[in-house]
Amino acid sequence: MKIIRLLILLLFFSSCNDKKTNEGLKTVQKADDNTIEVAHKTDLEVYDFDGFQKFLQKKDNKVYVINFWATWCAPCVKELPYFEKLNEEYKNKNVEVLLVSLDFPHLYDSKLKPFIRDKKIKSKVVALNDVDANTWIPKVDENWSGSIPATVIYKNDTNKFFEQSFTYESLETEVKQFLN
Amino acid sequence: MKTIKILSMLTFIIVMSAFTVNKTVMVNGYRVGDVAEDFKLMNVDDKMVSLADYRNAKGFIVTFTCNTCPYAQAYEDRIIELNKKYASLGYPVIAIMPNNPDVQPGDSMKAMKERAKEKGFTFPYLMDKEQKVYPKYGATKTPHVFVLQKTSKGNVVKYIGAIDDNYQDAKAVKTKYVENAVNALLEGKEVPAKETKAIGCTIKV
Repeated sequence: MKIIRLLILLLFFSSCNDKKTNEGLKTVQKADDNTIEVAHKTDLEVYDFDGFQKFLQKKDNKVYVINFWATWCAPCVKELPYFEKLNEEYKNKNVEVLLVSLDFPHLYDSKLKPFIRDKKIKSKVVALNDVDANTWIPKVDENWSGSIPATVIYKNDTNKFFEQSFTYESLETEVKQFLN
Repeated sequence: MKTIKILSMLTFIIVMSAFTVNKTVMVNGYRVGDVAEDFKLMNVDDKMVSLADYRNAKGFIVTFTCNTCPYAQAYEDRIIELNKKYASLGYPVIAIMPNNPDVQPGDSMKAMKERAKEKGFTFPYLMDKEQKVYPKYGATKTPHVFVLQKTSKGNVVKYIGAIDDNYQDAKAVKTKYVENAVNALLEGKEVPAKETKAIGCTIKV
């Protein structure tokens, strides 16, 4: 019985955790308004799709995990810590995470940069600013309908596309398949 | 034995939850050429709305949108313009809010009513309360447009995708996908681009 109780407790806590992440986001967004000045100090690489495409075409035996996200996308923000953890734990195993922000350009300074700084994001972040999504979305993957979060994992010529949210475990499982 | 039972139960729960989390969003739903089913959804004026109510319509610009998504917000004025231009020509906008307001409180019926009033929506703004309509259409995000043409077979899907090719700046738009589709239908021509893609916010379930 004890174990069952523990289990219920565990489930309860894990669902609480979800809420926490969301609330955390709200706090950050609120704080953003006051941090615009400091934000300018954060550098941000911004690309159109032609410029960005090189990140999808590296052939250096490394596993690249390319995550499309935005600060306004709650499910994206929720899974960011998993990508951060992956980057931290697998950087010595030839894995690199790239976070591709689709935030609106006029919010780079007021939202995106403060977010990167406040959350202490360690993975490389670039911004993709290309309005003609109908042209570039199919170039990332034919099956992408355009919703985010979306993730590409690739190594040389092998790649896999996911239009979904990840847990750390499910993300790690997918990456491991590229390592074997 | 008890431990084994509990252990296997635990495994079962973990496996099941893993599946729920990892379930890939299946891109089912309507393709161009399919007949779209009618629906009956609550409007911001507390009345139920169905496509069948529009006896004189030649078709519909069914638009999945919401209050909260920045992309949907960027397109709000353009959706209003679409209805202004095309409702009188027989293609009214029918806006459907597909999000679960428990997950996205800014998309509650109350908030929808406020937004509709604030922006002066001249089209129905319906709530997919049971979240059964958007999966049938195969809407995956907001905004996501389905242009339907009324035929003897029913409402046939003629276009699926984005409103135009520039979410950031309405003035810099090069191709107005939805307008081109409706214009073609009004002229009895083939829709030039039947499917387009755009970034949008995931539908909150």
